Amino acid sequence: MESAKKWTPYKIITVIALAVMAFLFLFPLYWIVTGSLKDAATINSATPQWFPLAPTLDNYVRLFSKPALKWLFNTVFMAVAAMVLTCLTASLAGYALAKKRFTGRELLFSLMVCAMALPKQVILIPLLKEMAFFGLHDTIWAVILPTVGWPFGVFLMKQFAENIPTEMLEAARIDGAGEVLTFTKIVFPMIKPGVGALAIFTFINSWNDYFLQLIMLNSSTNLTISLGIAKMQAEMATDFGLIMAGAALAAVPIIVVFLMFQSYFTQGITMGAVKG
Amino acid sequence: MSVALFCKLKEKGEVKVAKSTQPRSKVLARQETFTAYMFLIPSLFFFITFVIVPMVMCVFNSFFDYTSTSFNFIGFGNYVRMFQDEIFMRALKNTILIVVVSVPAVVIFSLWVASAIYKMSNFALSFYRCVFYLPVVTGSVAVTVVWKWMFNKYTGLFNYVLNSAGLIEENISWLGDERFAIWCIIIILFTTSIGQPIVLYVSALGNVDKTLVEAAQVDGATDLQTFWKIKWPSIMPTTLYVLVITTINSFQCFALIELLTSGGPNNSTQTIMYYIYYVVFKLDQFGYGNAMGVILAIIIALFSALQFKLGSEN
Repeated sequence: MESAKKWTPYKIITVIALAVMAFLFLFPLYWIVTGSLKDAATINSATPQWFPLAPTLDNYVRLFSKPALKWLFNTVFMAVAAMVLTCLTASLAGYALAKKRFTGRELLFSLMVCAMALPKQVILIPLLKEMAFFGLHDTIWAVILPTVGWPFGVFLMKQFAENIPTEMLEAARIDGAGEVLTFTKIVFPMIKPGVGALAIFTFINSWNDYFLQLIMLNSSTNLTISLGIAKMQAEMATDFGLIMAGAALAAVPIIVVFLMFQSYFTQGITMGAVKG
Repeated sequence: MSVALFCKLKEKGEVKVAKSTQPRSKVLARQETFTAYMFLIPSLFFFITFVIVPMVMCVFNSFFDYTSTSFNFIGFGNYVRMFQDEIFMRALKNTILIVVVSVPAVVIFSLWVASAIYKMSNFALSFYRCVFYLPVVTGSVAVTVVWKWMFNKYTGLFNYVLNSAGLIEENISWLGDERFAIWCIIIILFTTSIGQPIVLYVSALGNVDKTLVEAAQVDGATDLQTFWKIKWPSIMPTTLYVLVITTINSFQCFALIELLTSGGPNNSTQTIMYYIYYVVFKLDQFGYGNAMGVILAIIIALFSALQFKLGSEN
């Protein structure tokens, strides 16, 4: 570990390169936020202004004259509903797959694993027809339900549930606890960190699943915030002030959520990959 | 998707079964099966309805000439047509170019960042991890629109900076020029792809057996030797996983194309995923789109299997 303290030339270069890269990665975000505060003349000038010297809220006023708040509401509703349903169904199923033995278990598990290895987008086109058949096309549920069906959640919950000592479950059974009680009192508290990870993971993925939203939603009032920005961009390609205001409205809430729960998130990514 | 998944697959579906010391009666076994399915039903409902059924439909429909007015069985007609379709071949070529460039770049860069930051203090580690994850969280649409502005011919930052530095004489239309458009897309794809690999590598490097590293250092191994002989083999499973997820992500690159270039100019940024969308929604050729979806799935499966094979041989 002492080598970590020595300042070799390689180390100095690394630190500088890292700082430069970090700056470059943060810059687009900075450009969204500052761009959303610039007036049209500044935006359209060939000489960019690095910092908005005369900040204006005009872009946001124009943004909120569109159904932007409705879009934001739709997006939040979609992400929360997908998150709650996924956590609920996946924790039940993950527990059963990890701790019960039953006929068809291997088959089911292999099926889920294979489904996960396939590209998700490929099934979206038939999914569209299916949603039309159910009469759900162009409703927010057409986006929520397929997200819940994706087996990654079950897989992640299975990883966490496998850590529950079988003796504890047997002890509960001997004490006369039924299946429901065992799940709510023993299993669920033990897989809670996993549920937290899955919750934040599903929330962010569902918020950003542009292709699914694009295919399923059409009417102007049913759009998500991502679709709303894309629509504005298609209609007013060079009104960058308005588009940046939309991008800020889409990005800032999700970044705040991410920063608040980032430790869960990191844990979820690593558990889903390395364990098992 | 996970490494575990492939390990499991490798063991040919061998799944650990909860241990029980005594042989169970049939009644008990049946009871346990019943309760297990009660727990599984909600999840299975969603999985079967919204994943399995569309998957089967995708394969089924790919054998039909399926538009909004017709539905005729044509056997492998769609598949034959695909390989005579110049735009499809162009899209396939572009997609493979994107994968071949971005996947190694992502792996090398994320491994470099992870090795540089994993020994840092908790605060610095979280800071860098977050910074590189931010483009993923921000979402492809918000990220893409700001890049589109930066690439803009007249008001974009790139032309301004390059002009000021005297590197170019007249403004370049980055996204409208066949020579540059696909590289612009690869750059943005790169920034939105490295977040997850860094998180994974940081955790994998943290788990490398410290006694091995110390033993090597005592024996006088240089940092580079320690990396290649000890760390690299131990993080191999993570590398495999990163390879596979990055490959899948790159193959499915869609939002960037849709928002930046719509496949143009002159199909130079056409990718399979975008072409499927175009064929289904703009040309109303549902069956053909599904057939391309099947082929894309097969190509991705082959790529993943190949990487897995090469990786496990090392």
